Amino acid sequence: MANITLRVNGRAHTVNVEPSTPLLYILRNDLGLQGPRFGCGLGQCGACTVIINGTAVRSCVTPTSSVRGEITTLEGLAQDGQLHPLQQAWIEEQVPQCGFCQNGQIMTAKALLDKTPHPTDEQIREGMSRTLCRCMTYYRIQAAIKRVAGGNV
Amino acid sequence: MNVEKILLENSASPSRREFLKTSGMLVVGFSAAAVAGPFAAQAGAQAARGLYPDPDFRQLDSWIVIHQDNTATFFVGKTDCGQGTGTAFRQMMSDELDVPFKDTTCVMGTTDVTVDQGGSGGSDAIQVDGWPMRRVAAEARRVLLDMASERFGVPVAGLAVGDAVITVKADPSKRVTYGELIGGKRFNVALTGANIDATTGVAKVKPVQQLTMVGQSPQRYDIPPKVNGTAKWAADVKLPGMVHARNVKPPLAGAKLVSIDESSVRSLPGFVKVASKGNYVAVVCEREEQAIAAAKQLKCNWQKPATAPFPASADLFTYMRGATPKSSQTPNTLGNVDTALAGAAKIVEAEYEIPFQGHTAISPAHALADPSNGQMTIYSNDMKSYGMRNGVATFLGIPREQVRVIWMEGPQGYGRTAADDAGFEAAYIAKELGRPVRMQWTRAEEQGWDTKGPAFTFKIRGALDAQGNMTALDYAARSCDYNHLGYNEPDTVLIAQLMGQRRAMPANGSSAFPNDMYAIPNRRTLLEVVGLPLIWETPIRTGNLRDPNGPQSTFAAESFIDEMAAAAKADPIEFRMRMLTGSNADDNGFRRARSIAVLKAAAEKFGWQPRPAPNTARRNGDILTGRGIAYTYRNQTVVAEIAEVDVNRKTGRVWVKRLVCAHDCGLIINPEGLRRTIEGGMLHSISRALYEEVAFDTEKVLSVDWASHPSLTHMDTPAQIDIVMVNGDPNPNRPDLPHYGAGETSCKPMIAAVANAIFDATGVRLRRVPFRKERVLAALNAANV
Repeated sequence: MANITLRVNGRAHTVNVEPSTPLLYILRNDLGLQGPRFGCGLGQCGACTVIINGTAVRSCVTPTSSVRGEITTLEGLAQDGQLHPLQQAWIEEQVPQCGFCQNGQIMTAKALLDKTPHPTDEQIREGMSRTLCRCMTYYRIQAAIKRVAGGNV
Repeated sequence: MNVEKILLENSASPSRREFLKTSGMLVVGFSAAAVAGPFAAQAGAQAARGLYPDPDFRQLDSWIVIHQDNTATFFVGKTDCGQGTGTAFRQMMSDELDVPFKDTTCVMGTTDVTVDQGGSGGSDAIQVDGWPMRRVAAEARRVLLDMASERFGVPVAGLAVGDAVITVKADPSKRVTYGELIGGKRFNVALTGANIDATTGVAKVKPVQQLTMVGQSPQRYDIPPKVNGTAKWAADVKLPGMVHARNVKPPLAGAKLVSIDESSVRSLPGFVKVASKGNYVAVVCEREEQAIAAAKQLKCNWQKPATAPFPASADLFTYMRGATPKSSQTPNTLGNVDTALAGAAKIVEAEYEIPFQGHTAISPAHALADPSNGQMTIYSNDMKSYGMRNGVATFLGIPREQVRVIWMEGPQGYGRTAADDAGFEAAYIAKELGRPVRMQWTRAEEQGWDTKGPAFTFKIRGALDAQGNMTALDYAARSCDYNHLGYNEPDTVLIAQLMGQRRAMPANGSSAFPNDMYAIPNRRTLLEVVGLPLIWETPIRTGNLRDPNGPQSTFAAESFIDEMAAAAKADPIEFRMRMLTGSNADDNGFRRARSIAVLKAAAEKFGWQPRPAPNTARRNGDILTGRGIAYTYRNQTVVAEIAEVDVNRKTGRVWVKRLVCAHDCGLIINPEGLRRTIEGGMLHSISRALYEEVAFDTEKVLSVDWASHPSLTHMDTPAQIDIVMVNGDPNPNRPDLPHYGAGETSCKPMIAAVANAIFDATGVRLRRVPFRKERVLAALNAANV
């Protein structure tokens, strides 16, 4: 066990945990941030995605001790009470069905648009391709991303 | 954690905060013993046995609460797999009650506060359960009008009602709100009805023309919390003193536990307990990551079974063809198939195969069980929460009134999933330990041990006469099925089986016949079911998966109709239309007329130019393009779907680039919600068509993650999806126009539509699902395409 300090959504938290513990469990169980979700524990589905230093990262396979820099979770996307444009687009487009994967979809889309603000359809497909949805809301997810990329939110 | 608070937070509406402040959940806490009426004695006896007796469905208060702030909460016994049925229930009930939609909330599927409407299943939420919901809401409106009539001394006919306010027509200054009349108080009005589906008051529901919210598309109330991170799923509940459990499954199917070396984990940090009985093993630790580590480290000695539990998946269809059926039926037989075949101008024969396909939810199964107060509360996303409640009570040997299941949202579960298992497991360990226990399955456990949709083989023959008309259909379907999870019998879950609690035989399972709307004068239908050698404690267990046998039987039947059309050199839609219009017989739901209407609508939307398949004209280098249609029905919902595909001749990759769906489910409650339900259903079936297959050797499942069990991804998303909502009822706007189910029908024809489109593109008929690129490429190479 060791004391580890994490900066999450603009706040510092110190936790006393086994350092190799995947970040996901610390966020969900110790910090009460349950936007990131457990889907596979293998880094394959993307449900646990958070953004660290601008990159979409799979928190289920990220040892907590390896984290350097600011972590943003789904809870941290809204600013000053205003939803992030992607979150707003997700509502306008009525994207989620069960919603369980949507944390990963939104966070991955954010990292994608931060790097490529106006992606082509192909760039959206490729950028999102490793983030699974078993309700198969892909068509609506892509429509919501295009709304934001096209400035329509 | 306050249960009522959870329930309400999951029923968020714009007025949620005010609602929480003012209502105090007066009714959720009411004791059934205090309910007046003819069933009070029964309720009193139930209450004596536990804290969670059944809500009395014959009491209006069990369904509707009006709050002092003039808002309403609806309590319904359904659950939602992510299609937004709660929003639809609010639309239907607010229309009948005359309360603004925005001022309503809905609590669903929690066994001690909502009547047992069965949870979800069979796409019946709107079709069946919507009716008692409408009737009780209409009854509440009637009672409120009577109260206002008494208050003002004006007959009901002299009153007007709108937006939860009743006014005297002759003197509009005289007004009273619902909240002023009854806010926070009980109706104490008895309802009647032989069962919950038949529940009714005195009032009649409104004619369709007077419904205003029905037919609109208010946004789903559950979506904002799902995108801003505040939604609480069953996976998220935390309780004081809670511990974490992980199963340790037998490494080989049918293995017997010989011994456990508890010393292998006893010194691990946070270790609490090894829970074991029979072949069931789980570890419990204080923290989640500790439980994960302990489950990996626990040393168990397992004895391999003497005989192989099942054939390898590569040999499955050979095994199925050779197995002795455990049941055999011959429904829907008509005319004389042998005579028709003997006199045929052309005979077509084909065999089709579809493997076991899993639910493979995006999150593995989980549940939290709390044994506080000598009762058992289970937080679960199981779609059949009432069944779990009854099953857990039997399993634990405690009165059912001591068990409640609090239904919360979860990962997509289109049918009977392992969410059921996780609830039983958490409850068992919680009872043993006396602490709240959170059970979480792993990804490998989910892919390996979740219930599967049954595998099928089909053998079909058809006859054409000299004019190219289909004169005979000889259809034989064979499923591999036990319907293991059945209907919530306690011995159907894995933990019970592993502990040795078994019935003599599981449910029989079922096969499925093709649609009978085509006018084919001679039909023979043979439905057989076979089983695998290992019946219990098996990872290859079956359970209803999204229209349980429909995608399989429709894949075979609608592929075969396409083969017949090609043999007749007829356009596939024209060929189907000829058989649909070949009979004038229709039922009182006008299924035939509505079937013809969706086929026409789909063809028109697609811009379908008639010609026989395959298409040899449209080739663009290595990309071969084709279109395929399939049509079917489910109960009274009819659907025609067209897929347009690109097949890459060099790689075998199939991309379904365009979809058209014409859909008629009668009266539509929420068109935008329905549209997304149809999209998801079609894409789920495309995933089954192109990717999904449970792979196993003779000892265990091999497809245990997303690499070994691929699923549709963003790369596969169609470029265009067009959905046409058809209302083919010849008498639209009639007062009793029914609302049919829409959850599963759209899943049903899509595998066939894709197969038919691949044939159109390439001239190669694929009869074995899934159409993974290696299999497609091999078929193209074999045919020199």
